[in-house]
Amino acid sequence: MIDVRNLSKSYRVHKRAPGIVAALRSVLKRRYETVKAVEDLSFQIAEGERVGFLGPNGAGKTTTLKVLAGLLHPTSGEVRVGTYVPYTRDPRFLKLITLVMGQKQQLLWDLPPSDTYAMNRAIYDVPRAQADETVRTLTELLEIGDLISKPTRQLSLGERMKCELVAALLHRPRVLFLDEPTIGLDVSMQAKMRDFIRDYNERWGAAVLLTSHYMDDVVALCPRVVVIDRGRLIYDGDLRELVRRVRPDKHVTIRLSKPVDRADLARLGTIVSADAAQAVIAVPAAQASAVVRDALATLPIVDLTIEEPPLEEVMRELFQTRGREPGAQEHVASADKRANA
Amino acid sequence: MATDLARAVKAFPTLMRVGVAEVVAYRAEFLVWILTTNMPLVMLALWHAVAAEGPVGRFDQAQFTAYFVGVLVVRLATGNWMAWQMSMEIRDGTLSAKLLRPIHPIYSYAADHLSAVPMRIAAASPIVVGLIATSWARLLRHDPRLGLIFAASLAGAWLLMFFSMVLLGALAFYVDSAMGVFELWMGVYGIFSGYLIPLEVLPGWVAKPASVLPFRFLLAYPVETLVGLLSPGQALRQLGVQWLYVAVIGVLALRVWRAGVRRYAAFGG
Repeated sequence: MIDVRNLSKSYRVHKRAPGIVAALRSVLKRRYETVKAVEDLSFQIAEGERVGFLGPNGAGKTTTLKVLAGLLHPTSGEVRVGTYVPYTRDPRFLKLITLVMGQKQQLLWDLPPSDTYAMNRAIYDVPRAQADETVRTLTELLEIGDLISKPTRQLSLGERMKCELVAALLHRPRVLFLDEPTIGLDVSMQAKMRDFIRDYNERWGAAVLLTSHYMDDVVALCPRVVVIDRGRLIYDGDLRELVRRVRPDKHVTIRLSKPVDRADLARLGTIVSADAAQAVIAVPAAQASAVVRDALATLPIVDLTIEEPPLEEVMRELFQTRGREPGAQEHVASADKRANA
Repeated sequence: MATDLARAVKAFPTLMRVGVAEVVAYRAEFLVWILTTNMPLVMLALWHAVAAEGPVGRFDQAQFTAYFVGVLVVRLATGNWMAWQMSMEIRDGTLSAKLLRPIHPIYSYAADHLSAVPMRIAAASPIVVGLIATSWARLLRHDPRLGLIFAASLAGAWLLMFFSMVLLGALAFYVDSAMGVFELWMGVYGIFSGYLIPLEVLPGWVAKPASVLPFRFLLAYPVETLVGLLSPGQALRQLGVQWLYVAVIGVLALRVWRAGVRRYAAFGG
């Protein structure tokens, strides 16, 4: 469905030193610099797949999404979505996709969202009955029935995001590019949004490419992740495999009935956190069972859980490691590209 | 492009309805904005005073009144803010929302501006009716064929202004601020379109180039047709020149737009 081969995108950026002298000098002579936002990126996404697209700020994620949505022309490389080349912006391609960007909007600012829905219905040529049914279903699910008659400018960020999603899905696109879709939403609505995206994906077989700085979104929705940093691909594969390779340890959380010596905890593994009632110990995955047996035998434990390290820690470890070795082509070898859902 | 046009035509009624709703969303701002289109009334007062001493060429007081009523009507019908709107959307990235829709952004802009025309004319109609009452004889005495040619020239003026604004707005793809170029264009427009001074009142060395530049066909030509300053033969010949300008500037504007979209950086978000 989505085929990206050797995609590169560079920007020519005007650079100027601070100060009035530099500002005046730039009137006559400007210094430009080429910034490589994306470099030699390749990946493929099949119909119906849900893929997380991760990377630190400035990695090139949004640039890649914009190229895929046809907003930007690639500097080099090939990109196809379905049978279309995105930057030609064939109307059939534009009906196939949707791009939801958390920080930007398509809702008409001075009018209620219902007016935007009417406009989108006409522009996308959606049959009225289908459009009405889609709006009704989505507004019920997202609990925005009474909001769509208020001018957009009077809605909160979270309310606007929900209304944006309805506008973006009115034409039932088969490819969803979601750039931080849960930004600004409360915790319960984030969960509802994830459930909704999963349901939409399963019901319509839509391919989903999602970026988010909320790792809960990625864990809940994306069996497979594509990770980029400084415009280059550093991982493409199963999410759990990525966690295993970067942080091959487990977090054992123990709740204690009474305080214990710190040395007793340190004996089990690396202490992540500890207080009188609870401790979190990081242990190598292969030793987790033995450590748990030892802890149960020697410590006053009332409850115990074993978890993967949080994905936030994994990503931080991944990018910090790359930062400590500038120029190194550190690359987490690509694992199986198919999701084990 | 043909299927694109067919799709746009089908969506146009809805786009126009939404456009009208946007125009009247802020009632006070809408009225204030209408009232700022008052330069023709200022120039009318000025030239009316000048003509009190005696006619200026073919222009006596009644003729000046008829002329600037025509300027007001044509300006309200054809004026648009597209260059400013496009420049802003290109700079802040909000053009992306239009580019993601399966309809050319030009059609969206056209619907936005067409939808404002009836409201603008309706809001200004009391002034227009009052002024017409003072010069109705001058407005109604001429050949009725000129009425038909005026209608065609008004459509041509709207399209010529529209494509001119597309061209100016699309400069924002290339330069950091296209608004400087637009301000310069407005200055030239003020003189060479007949907005401030009827072109035949200008000195010969200015009037001659003014008679062939495209600015004339944005305003002075339809106004002169309306108030009977042209014969039907003259008006018809100049209609051909106007629509030739529409075609040339239209093609140029679309080419500049198309090349500009390739450079669009979609900043923001």
